Amino acid sequence: MSALRQLYQEMIIDHGKRPRNFGTLPDATHHKEGFNPLCGDRLTIYVSEKNNVVEKICFEGSGCAISVASASLMTEVLQGKTRAEVEAIFDDFHELVTKGHNVVLEDRLGKLAVLAGVAEFPARVKCAILAWHTLKAAMADDAGTVSTE
Amino acid sequence: MNHNVDVLRKDFPLLAQTARGKPLVYLDNSATSQKPQCVIDALQHYYSHDNANIHRGVYELSERATKEYEDVRVLVQQFINAKSADEIIFVRGATEAINLVAASYGRTNIKAQDEIMISAMEHHSNIVPWQILCEQTGAVLKVIPITDEGEMDLDAYQKLFSSRTKLLAFAHASNALGTINPAKEMIRIAHSHNVPVLLDGAQAFPHMPVDVQDLECDFYVLSSHKAYGPTGLGVLYGKSELLNAMPPYQSGGDMIESVSFEKTTYNKLPYKFEAGTPHIAGVIGFGAAIHYMQKIGMQQIALHEQELLSYATKKLSAIPDLRIIGTAKNKVGVISFVLKGIHPHDIGTILDDQGIAVRVGHHCAMPVMQRFNVPATVRASFGLYNNVSDIDALCEGLNEVKRLFA
Ligand SMILES: Cc1ncc(COP(=O)(O)O)c(C=O)c1O
Repeated sequence: MSALRQLYQEMIIDHGKRPRNFGTLPDATHHKEGFNPLCGDRLTIYVSEKNNVVEKICFEGSGCAISVASASLMTEVLQGKTRAEVEAIFDDFHELVTKGHNVVLEDRLGKLAVLAGVAEFPARVKCAILAWHTLKAAMADDAGTVSTE
Repeated sequence: MNHNVDVLRKDFPLLAQTARGKPLVYLDNSATSQKPQCVIDALQHYYSHDNANIHRGVYELSERATKEYEDVRVLVQQFINAKSADEIIFVRGATEAINLVAASYGRTNIKAQDEIMISAMEHHSNIVPWQILCEQTGAVLKVIPITDEGEMDLDAYQKLFSSRTKLLAFAHASNALGTINPAKEMIRIAHSHNVPVLLDGAQAFPHMPVDVQDLECDFYVLSSHKAYGPTGLGVLYGKSELLNAMPPYQSGGDMIESVSFEKTTYNKLPYKFEAGTPHIAGVIGFGAAIHYMQKIGMQQIALHEQELLSYATKKLSAIPDLRIIGTAKNKVGVISFVLKGIHPHDIGTILDDQGIAVRVGHHCAMPVMQRFNVPATVRASFGLYNNVSDIDALCEGLNEVKRLFA
């Protein structure tokens, strides 16, 4: 498979076009807007957290296929995870998309591993990571908009 | 001279390379142009044979460097038809030229409640310096709206003038939309209100003959690197009456006549605005670029790029779900577009995989993106060496994008 096909796998195109958990969350305990000024991608992440567990997580906004698919997959995977688990997955994911293929990480990350191909496209790493940084800031309750710049 | 693209392309060594294993298709000329061998040779020749500081050596080498540097000033003067070579100031780029005017002219002529007029299609470099000037002086920024085609709204423009309007700055051609503005007519109107005009020629200068006396603009700014010359160099043209009355922008060596701890007197034009050792090699390289453009002829370059523009507009318009942003009657070879349901960033990556270099994003013109309600666009922009095959490759590339996202 070419690097480009690795990047734009069917699952990514699908989540990019039909993102899951797309919309606002009225009873969110945390929310945050993330912005990539380079390409204009703008995502808001909503989390409702109870007893240190992510009960529900949604997002809305617009962006490229990579950033929307990454956000969509993130919301699927993190549902029901504890804070500690979220942090561990964040670290694994960050390493995967910046450093590239790694069987151990890909095994741990499950379907998120579909984004491993991003590492071959340095200009696109920010797209894949936007939702994740935004989530991290939302859960830390930082004020303001997160920017990838 | 006949515009034989196949021959001209050979003058640009960079174009011969492959990108991602495919022949490079370079369609990002609005960002920067490639350099012909004669410009590269001029830089190399300068550093190999003529390098010395200028305006200070009594020895032959310095005299030679000084002469070459000053010869380019005269060349630029003639090329844009300025009245005098003293009106040509070498700066770092269009950006610095605008900042110079905002700081020097602005600081002395703009006061609280005054109005500075720009347009809704400006590059950030022709917005932010004026915003800062407004913050510093209490002046107010007024923005000429643009139409759905991306043309200047001339009715609104005329109504925007008031007795407080003190300066107008707008793009001769827009980098995000390609629109060539009716500069001469707009300047005539501004002058009827006694308002001086800065014309941002960054995107016009490389693509058409420019005559600053015919335009009657008070300031004209341009960048060498977009016109086949080296990076790090630009030109500020200003009418000498205005430049003479303006205080220095930066200070140091060369810009002074005499310095004592009691009093410093400034040098005359153009040196007053060229503090420190300038980009000598860049100026000499830019001279080679101007000679190169002159040899082909600016009319000829414009004609060639207009042919490419109409060919590309026709071909791109035939692609389903493709929307061109910026459909002005008068355009330089710039086509901004979006494809329904596919983000420009994804399009850029997929085109890159086929060796096609286009710009995706907001093109340093975020207000234009807001005006057309898009987060970003894809932009293909042409130079004198682009050909029909480049445009065919772009269209084929876009078909591949659609296949991948089908
Ligand atoms: C219309 C316009 N003005 C000004 C500039 C700034 O030019 P530079 O970055 O060379 O200073 C650009 C560059 O893209 C431009 O397109």
